[in-house]
Amino acid sequence: MTTPPDLLYSEPEDDLRAAVRALLTDRADLPAALTRAESGDPYDPALWTSLTAGIGVAGLLVPESLGGQGAGHREAAVVLEELGRAVTPAPYLTSSVTATATLLACDADSPDIAGLLTALAEGRRVAVLALPFGTAPDSPLPVGADPVRGVADAVRADVLLVPRQDGLYAVETASPAVTVEPLTPLDLTRPLAAVTVDPGAGLRIAAAPVAGSAVRAGLLAGAGLLASEQLGIAEWCLEESVRHTKDRHQFNRPLGSFQALKHRMAQLWLEVVSARAAARAAADALATGSPDAPLAVALAQAYCGPVAVHAAEECVQLHGGIGMTWEHPAHLALKRAKSDATALGSTGRHKEALAALTDLPAPG
Amino acid sequence: MTDATELRTRVAELIAAHPPSGTGRDDFLRARFDAGLAWLHYPQGLGGLDAPRSLQSVVDAGLAAAGAPDNDPRRIGIGLGMAAPTILRYGTQEQKERFLRPLWVGDEVWCQLFSEPGAGSDLAALATRAVRDQASGDWIVDGQKVWTSSAHLARWAILIARTDPTLPKHRGITYFLCDMTDPGVEVRPLRQLTGEAEFNEVFLTGVRIPDAHRLGGIGEGWQVARTTLMNERVSIGGARLPREGGMIGAVARTWRERPELRTHELRQRLLTLWVEAEVARLTAERVRQQLVAGQPGPEGSGLKLSFARLNQEISGLEVELLGDEGLLYSDWTMRRPELVDFTGRDAGYRYLRSKGNSIEGGTSEVLLNIVAERVLGLPSEPRDDKDVAWKDLAR
Repeated sequence: MTTPPDLLYSEPEDDLRAAVRALLTDRADLPAALTRAESGDPYDPALWTSLTAGIGVAGLLVPESLGGQGAGHREAAVVLEELGRAVTPAPYLTSSVTATATLLACDADSPDIAGLLTALAEGRRVAVLALPFGTAPDSPLPVGADPVRGVADAVRADVLLVPRQDGLYAVETASPAVTVEPLTPLDLTRPLAAVTVDPGAGLRIAAAPVAGSAVRAGLLAGAGLLASEQLGIAEWCLEESVRHTKDRHQFNRPLGSFQALKHRMAQLWLEVVSARAAARAAADALATGSPDAPLAVALAQAYCGPVAVHAAEECVQLHGGIGMTWEHPAHLALKRAKSDATALGSTGRHKEALAALTDLPAPG
Repeated sequence: MTDATELRTRVAELIAAHPPSGTGRDDFLRARFDAGLAWLHYPQGLGGLDAPRSLQSVVDAGLAAAGAPDNDPRRIGIGLGMAAPTILRYGTQEQKERFLRPLWVGDEVWCQLFSEPGAGSDLAALATRAVRDQASGDWIVDGQKVWTSSAHLARWAILIARTDPTLPKHRGITYFLCDMTDPGVEVRPLRQLTGEAEFNEVFLTGVRIPDAHRLGGIGEGWQVARTTLMNERVSIGGARLPREGGMIGAVARTWRERPELRTHELRQRLLTLWVEAEVARLTAERVRQQLVAGQPGPEGSGLKLSFARLNQEISGLEVELLGDEGLLYSDWTMRRPELVDFTGRDAGYRYLRSKGNSIEGGTSEVLLNIVAERVLGLPSEPRDDKDVAWKDLAR
């Protein structure tokens, strides 16, 4: 048997969690997210500065020599748990994880990439992959689509990473060669856009074979750590459901004393603790560069996506009529959870990836 | 302070004094107990050294390397997992000295006389009576117990019985150590839906138990029993497994080796269960890492629930996957196995036996209540049996 993954949280990870949670509790609770989403621009630039320049979360994957924190995927996963709990509108998954991991898998020492990585690590700039948000790590890249629909956080990006036949290009969104047209997303807290980039625009930062594997590495890191965001969403939904059903009385008893409801929440708790093990295994496999990483990521995605959706659906239902209102933030979690279940590859896609990795073939 | 180095020295001394090649199995185990190397976290003189439990692996590895015989934790599971920790916590010095050594060595097998035909999940409703004989001070026990594994092999039993029916049900119970060879103890095999008699019914008629075999105070049996039950729940479902090490492994192997059995519908179920089994394995590994790190979390209380459901679903899938072969069963002859062995059996047996996984050691419904109340802090349902004398409760 190989060495098992480290599934616990280290003390520095606990400290990081406490710092991020304190900031989000203070500055970005769910009602605040709702207010901002309604304003048409869900992002809070001051919050992003506090997260990145203040706590340094954007540079966790980036080596210190490039201006990052030189930490790793385990730490970034803890940040995503917290961002998931608060359904925070921030381009963390897209820029600080997926785009950053893509650039790190290119020649990170080349001056162009190093400079961009430093800017991303410091939170001064935001980069996103110009791919539909549903793209799985093992899917063929849809290069040459025009426009590319469903690019997450493109409206907030300074730089697009554009995969083309002959390599990966960095294109400034401010350039006249780029059009970013906002779409109306199911998840109000993670904007989607249709992106058009003139052919030939931008700077080629990786040639074809490297570009393909680098994009896949970025998508793998994104999918693996998305599981931690899903864990955070599920945790918040369970805690809110428990809190509400303890307080709310019907039929002269607290709702939470009814066995039918208790069993549903206990079941959800089982799913949440299991999702935690799966998400930690994926983060650890990515952090250690384990050859098991594609399997650990597919496993975490196949499990955690449905758990977050189930938790959010239960949260709405257990809140009854209150859960159905725009005013109560449960819908933000539901919309994020349901979108996340398609993001970076659907549950079914990840199960197929697992089947290939574990030799469980389809009927002939 | 005991450390790993000192323990290695003690193991070497034990091996030198009792070379495994020239020492009988039981004699070696007794010597190991006397050297304090049986269960390190137990007190000196009772098989331990008051040492941290985490160091046990040092001793076990050293003894295994020397080819020393081990006691058989599976065969003596109830004694080791339930009777011993309860005797350690509530027993008198005489009781500890009398019972722990033969229990650990396996000279004396234990069984557990808790459940009754009318008291399963509502265990505190039990009706077996223990009445004090004023002349001798002995207790005279009458009643019926059920689902008693190993009773036909057991020398001793842990027993709870009602000693005061005028008190509310949790308060009138007392805990005893019962000699299974006493006249009045009758063990009958209880045949289950698998065809086997893995458990027993135990009839107690005028069984005389000396007061010296009472464990804990009169009327305090429920608190004592809770120690036993907590240890039972810890011991079920905590084994460390490799990937595909549980029942999912058998199904996955059949899938790979028998392409003619594959259908699309079965594959979807197989993939879902493969994911859930692997995640359950990681969850158990996480619990294990928490224990090693000295940070036990509540996650362990969910493992039994997860494994029970998975065993049932996977074994159900396996019967269907096997098609015509799944229609066959190995043998309906009534047997009395000493151990439950899922891995060495066929799919039909696994399917049928796994139905017990969500009942034995606490039904899944009761365990979900425990998670909801103790972990999530949800309120209990209203109860009307707590302040009523047991004799006045509806039965």
